[in-house]
Amino acid sequence: MSVSNERVRVLRGREWARPVRPVRREVRGVTPELDEGRPPLLFVPGFGHGAWAFAEHWLEHAASRGFSAYAMSLRGHGGSDPAPEATLRAYTHDVVQVAASLPRQAVLVGHGAGALVVTHALARYPARAAVLVAPVLGGWSTAGVALRRNPAGTLPALFGGPLRLHRRQLFSRELPEAEARRHVARLGRAGRRAQWQLLSGRPAEPAVGRPPVLVVGSPDDRVVPPAALERAAGRYGSAPLLFPGMGHDLMLDARWREPIDAICDWLVKEPQRV
Amino acid sequence: MPPSTAHGRPDPETSTLDLSRDGRPVSDRGDTVCVIGAGASGLTAIKNLVEHGFGVDCYERETGVGGAWNWRHDRSPVYASTHLVSSRPLTQFPDFPMPDSWPDYPHHHQLLSYLERYTDHFDLRRHIWFGTEVVRVEPVDGDRWDVTTRSTGGYGPERTLRYAAVVVANGHNWSPKLPRYDGLEEFRGEVMHASSYKDPAQLRGKRVLVVGAGNTGCDIAVEAAQQASCCWHSTRRGYWYAPKYLLGRPVDQVNDLLLSLRLPLRLRQWLYHRMLRLTVGDPTRLGLPRPDHRIYEAHPIANSQLVHHVSHGQIAPVPDVARFHGGGVTLTDGREIEPELVVFATGYLPRFEFLDPGLLGDGDGSGRPRLWLHAFPPNQPTLAVAGLLQPDSGVFTLTHWQTVVFARLLQARLARPDRAAAFTARATAGAGERYAGKVTDSSRHWFEVRHVPYLRAVQRALDELGAR
Repeated sequence: MSVSNERVRVLRGREWARPVRPVRREVRGVTPELDEGRPPLLFVPGFGHGAWAFAEHWLEHAASRGFSAYAMSLRGHGGSDPAPEATLRAYTHDVVQVAASLPRQAVLVGHGAGALVVTHALARYPARAAVLVAPVLGGWSTAGVALRRNPAGTLPALFGGPLRLHRRQLFSRELPEAEARRHVARLGRAGRRAQWQLLSGRPAEPAVGRPPVLVVGSPDDRVVPPAALERAAGRYGSAPLLFPGMGHDLMLDARWREPIDAICDWLVKEPQRV
Repeated sequence: MPPSTAHGRPDPETSTLDLSRDGRPVSDRGDTVCVIGAGASGLTAIKNLVEHGFGVDCYERETGVGGAWNWRHDRSPVYASTHLVSSRPLTQFPDFPMPDSWPDYPHHHQLLSYLERYTDHFDLRRHIWFGTEVVRVEPVDGDRWDVTTRSTGGYGPERTLRYAAVVVANGHNWSPKLPRYDGLEEFRGEVMHASSYKDPAQLRGKRVLVVGAGNTGCDIAVEAAQQASCCWHSTRRGYWYAPKYLLGRPVDQVNDLLLSLRLPLRLRQWLYHRMLRLTVGDPTRLGLPRPDHRIYEAHPIANSQLVHHVSHGQIAPVPDVARFHGGGVTLTDGREIEPELVVFATGYLPRFEFLDPGLLGDGDGSGRPRLWLHAFPPNQPTLAVAGLLQPDSGVFTLTHWQTVVFARLLQARLARPDRAAAFTARATAGAGERYAGKVTDSSRHWFEVRHVPYLRAVQRALDELGAR
């Protein structure tokens, strides 16, 4: 397993000397009526998305399955404070801050580039488990795929402009046109520096406490190709859980119920530490 | 582990009954590790051992977590105004940050709530036996330990359990150190140790002498400056009083910025002296003694207000006390002062009454364990001391990594015995190793460390034990 063989870095001079500037963060939560002692879930949206993406369906559904569920917006996204100069480290800081504020050890669920943020957060917070949904773990291949699929929307991002995703990249044709347009209209943008850091793709440090990690995706995702899902799952010694016929935004697509049910089922099975 | 609650829970599950060396029955707890104390060090020990797959029983003499930081505990040294002297990023546990809405230097009640949240977040309470103190810890065959406990205060019967390993995390800031002075018993004024100082009302309207220039001594002198009718501050030597902020940032963050730039010590000392000269000014101009050491050669004092009050004449700096007599105090420069109240902020002594000092490498009974990384005693592969450190940063980060090293060592004993044996050989050879560079009066400050060289040594130890 390549991830955990890397060495834990004890000296963190830069993090001590230059702490991330605090901002006001949006966190939305739904708690189940009956606390069954299940770990809380923290949903981390990808670049451009906010807590709203999970508030649409997944939060309520996870709560109905007995999990207290929280969704956050990274700085500069959704209802969090604007942060045009945000870096990957600042996003990681946001996730760790919210996770540590929850009453119990949380499960981190990252979507898209939010999954990359989650892999970095796992090195700074001992999560109960982690789920990477359609993970965009960075590197130039990510840019290559995006350029091929949506050259007009991707090219500006390489020069610091906004990344504009097309609704056909994000959703399957099953989702009504109007709903897809409504979601795309809500998309924001990630910080310029964070976008570049996504390209350079610095690998995350080893996860604290070796939490079990599940990779979820769709073979028909037009942002994350199946090979990238295999690669991501391979890092954690498992295979991806696939939902054919869905777009990149599994939490908003027409059949949103299937992946969140699969995630809840996996968590109920009490995954062992890998 | 038995699921257990604080009250009326079942006794720890035991497998076999054995007899101790003097014939008492012993309950065998198998591979479980015993942690002594549920303060910051004990809590991180529990969390990291559980995270590495070990069962843990923790014994805490008080009824709550937080140790020294819990002001309800009778041994807690905190006073009403206690704030951190290291800033948040250098204080918090490396995998559980304090809320970033908190101030740079949180107050002690925030520290306690942080430790309580840490406890509940990681569900540590089910491992802790409150109101139970450890009476004896004795080695038995196979590098295992017999731990004898009883209810705090000596009520109830003693019971002995056998553990695979022991982490000593009983703290070192609870047993007051009172220096001897001639004539102290004749002195008619009031005398107290800083451990019993809780509230500035104790100083109000009195003529107060504060002895000691540690961070506590300086805090109390500052409060006396505002409350007492007159305040003398007696120090043995001159110190560098670093302000809590330099260049608009917490001073320890500025220092770590210089460190992360890997500037040589001499250059950092020169820069620091220069910055202090430009911001705080020349301390001798105010009557403070000239520091007899360079900065970084003594435990740092972070106090912006002391110099402020000295410059306003509310604190009179005086030299060491020569002797006490009925009506007052003679100073080493021959001056006579007549305080009504003397506060000794002269520190604390570590104490491990339940453990044979020889086991901690303290063969001559000096009260100073000789450990490697200030945590691992020679020839004891299953014993560790957590938090016996006085770093130039917060201590939690360092204790966290000490306990991670210990958990990895215990894992290695099962999976890679060769690496575990090499570690213990290293600990035996390196007992008493220091990580403080040049320190003035280093025999007194024997557990003073600088966080960067210390953590570098910890990193090497972790690497040698293997990734996982």
